Amino acid sequence: MFTNRYIFIYSSVMVIIVAAVLSSASSLLKPFQEKNIRTEKMMDILKSVQVSGEKSEAEKLYDQYVIREEAINSKGELISVYEGGKLVQGDIRPFEINLKEEQHKLDELKAGKSDVEPAFPLYVCEKDGNKYYVIPMLGKGLWGPIWGNIALEADFNTIFGVTFDHKGETPGLGAEIAYKPFQDQFIGKKLFDDNGNFVSIAVVKGGVKTRPPDKQIHGVDAISGGTITSNGVDAMIKDCLENYIEYIKNHNNS
Amino acid sequence: MSAEVSPKEPLFSAKNKKLLAVPLNRENPITVQVLGICSALAVTVKLEPAVVMSISVIAVLAFANVIISLLRNTIAPRIRIIVQLVVIAALVILVDQILKAFAYEVSKQLSVFVGLIITNCIIMGRLEAFAMGNKPWPSFMDGIGNGAGYAWILIVVAFFRELLGSGTVWGLPVMEKVGIYNIGYTNNGLMILPPMALIIVGIIIWVQRSKNKELIED
Repeated sequence: MFTNRYIFIYSSVMVIIVAAVLSSASSLLKPFQEKNIRTEKMMDILKSVQVSGEKSEAEKLYDQYVIREEAINSKGELISVYEGGKLVQGDIRPFEINLKEEQHKLDELKAGKSDVEPAFPLYVCEKDGNKYYVIPMLGKGLWGPIWGNIALEADFNTIFGVTFDHKGETPGLGAEIAYKPFQDQFIGKKLFDDNGNFVSIAVVKGGVKTRPPDKQIHGVDAISGGTITSNGVDAMIKDCLENYIEYIKNHNNS
Repeated sequence: MSAEVSPKEPLFSAKNKKLLAVPLNRENPITVQVLGICSALAVTVKLEPAVVMSISVIAVLAFANVIISLLRNTIAPRIRIIVQLVVIAALVILVDQILKAFAYEVSKQLSVFVGLIITNCIIMGRLEAFAMGNKPWPSFMDGIGNGAGYAWILIVVAFFRELLGSGTVWGLPVMEKVGIYNIGYTNNGLMILPPMALIIVGIIIWVQRSKNKELIED
């Protein structure tokens, strides 16, 4: 009673209708979703400098605390500055930079496959008269991407605060990176040793206490049972901050 | 899958009441048919995601039932599963998009489990067992009933897991307010892990069967 012809036409019509409904819903809801993502990004940056507030106020708080956005290239040169609500230098607002694309550009550049310079964002925040520099990070966890922000004090060495988040790390294990106990360990740790060499922050399996006393300032405890996520955080901090070393050195010398 | 309700019952309202009530207890999708267990374990750590998940499942189930019921005479039996899947998948994607737009935090907590509503056996089971052979209105009632049957288990499980695991109810620090921590009580970390959801579902099944003798198998 149902011919093949009927079935083919039926399925085609059904699929077209469904596609039309879904694509119109998607384009209708897109502005709302993008706003959510934007708000979250702002709140994450603010959280790393220990500013918390209602999500509805994200935009306002962001404008209040983040006084300047910068972007640097792989040589640590300033290529873009956004300040006081307008672009002062360069052609892209650092906030709009997609870190994943820039990391890809860097890989291509390092491999010699292209000569397009990546742009890495840096947020300059001011809170209670002190300046803080927030560097966004993106890396790999066990199951998917992990990301976060690291806020440095004006010496570009001492960590003021960090945030981490993840797409789908194991709850109770790797997912603990998104919570306060893990993140609070980073506060006060230092990125550079006494000679000014970059040593990053190690996420130490077995606990940072196993390290020599002079190394403990450069490490935090890994998460038991979350080794791969912990290693991911370790690698993410190192890889992402490395791009800023030249900039930091220039900054400290000037 | 049980075809428990005869499709041609003249008493419309009585039948509808039955369609709503039966899945809550005697034909409960989770405790009796043991379907949809995966998401019941995954999203019940906190009350809020459990409630949002419940509403999502109820919505998807009710609308999928109605749509399939409307189409039931036009669907060729050979492709009925595909048609059902397309309808379910489309509705689930819609729900996911809406959550991302208007309940972003919760949608992040639910993560993949909203998408996995597509694979929830309850939904396809109801489409196959009920909507393919019934009119839209009873199908709608059946969808709401089964969705609610799934929902109340989820919410009960989530309530106890959040209360005993995190000491909160809907994020409110109830245990702290009661002052129970001062006498040496601590939160049970095991409650946060999925196995405890299984144990709570087990306890619900136990209570339910001890009250309802017809559910006891030989």
